[in-house]
Amino acid sequence: MDQMRPVVYCLLCLLFVLDHITILPIMAAIKVHGSPLSTNTLRVLATVYEKELDHEFVLIDMSAGEHKKEHFLSTHNPFGQVPAFEDGDLKLFESRAITNYIACEYADKGTQLIYQDSKKMAITSVWMEVESQQYEQIAAKLAWELVYKPLLLGMSADTAIVEENEHRLAKVLDIYESRLAQSKYLGGDCFTLADLHHLPTLHYLFGTQVKKLFDSRPHVSAWIADITARPAWLKALALQSQQ
Amino acid sequence: MAMKLYGLPMSTCTTRVMACLHEKGVDFELVPVNLGTGEHKQPPFLSKNPFGQIPVLEDGDLTLFESRAITAYVAEKCKETGTDLMRHTNPKEAAMVKVWMEVESQTFNPAISPIVLEYVIGPSMGKKTEQAVVDGCMGKLGQVLDVYESRLSTCKYLAGDFYSMADLHHLPFMHYFMTTPCASMVKDRPHVMAWWQDISSRPAFKKMVGAMTFG
Repeated sequence: MDQMRPVVYCLLCLLFVLDHITILPIMAAIKVHGSPLSTNTLRVLATVYEKELDHEFVLIDMSAGEHKKEHFLSTHNPFGQVPAFEDGDLKLFESRAITNYIACEYADKGTQLIYQDSKKMAITSVWMEVESQQYEQIAAKLAWELVYKPLLLGMSADTAIVEENEHRLAKVLDIYESRLAQSKYLGGDCFTLADLHHLPTLHYLFGTQVKKLFDSRPHVSAWIADITARPAWLKALALQSQQ
Repeated sequence: MAMKLYGLPMSTCTTRVMACLHEKGVDFELVPVNLGTGEHKQPPFLSKNPFGQIPVLEDGDLTLFESRAITAYVAEKCKETGTDLMRHTNPKEAAMVKVWMEVESQTFNPAISPIVLEYVIGPSMGKKTEQAVVDGCMGKLGQVLDVYESRLSTCKYLAGDFYSMADLHHLPFMHYFMTTPCASMVKDRPHVMAWWQDISSRPAFKKMVGAMTFG
């Protein structure tokens, strides 16, 4: 019995230790490949943070053309664009397909980003398409002329393109103003992907002369102040200063 | 009460929705909108779609616009009937459908629609074809179709070996594109051509293609 005592003691210590240590995953199942400067990558990062999902961010060196090289094209996105996304063995691309997948697959985690009610979801889908078809195309042209062209190519904006697209954006924002006068968020009472999808280009345009178009519309302005203050969005943006 | 679809039988975005309604076997009434008189840019139409565009779907007290939001609604509402367009019981397949739906929306459509506009829609409104616009798009569309050719050599349809909403959304612009001088861009890519012949032979498409002409 005396010889058993040290063995029992060791076993008890081992059980105590095993009961109290956390086994950490060696690799996160969720990976986001992209750049924190890319609007499309930020769209996915904001979603991942809203959902409070464990993930790994894999920086793609866009200045070295990593996203256009064979490995990226064949593994992640044949169109050579960021972001790309992995969840276990599922590989996806296209930011709005990724955010949609995350919102559905992880519906029970973090912020609700879609509605379960089919009518409310239908309205939200409409405004998700508005972002995609009416807003983004104009906003992206303005962001290219006023932000990316000067920053990446050292070229100045084409004033004719800027003027034409500011005019088009103003008309779209008039409709947003009307919508947001009746509804706190674009899809309804709650923040959803319909609002989130706007964040990245809004962020860039706010640093340009286009800001006045948003500021002069009180409901649009209030909506922007609300959604850009969300902690998940600020976390995604913070990655820009870390890289 | 049957759903009401406000639009026109030759309009690309209206027929995108019609293809989905036919695949699902949904009864609907097509309510014509007179674009010539600017009906779509005035009340009461603007109260249905503030962006002044067709189509609009009314289902009871629900009014929806944006063709791809309408098809998503119809597919969800009718998910247990007709063709399984969204693969909702298989999350991985459903995710791939969404990827290729976004490819159509973000990459394919911007490359192909100016060509269809210049060769088909514009001339129907008395506009001259701007060859420079066409030439500018052909390079980009060629690159997109190269990716499609590669993709369709690995599986029969875009999202996998099953017809889905991702393929359906391509129908209207592909149909008109194949009537233009640029059709050889598809004919020269055997897998894309085979895919087009397959999806354009579906009964749901054949039901409406007869009216898909701009005169």
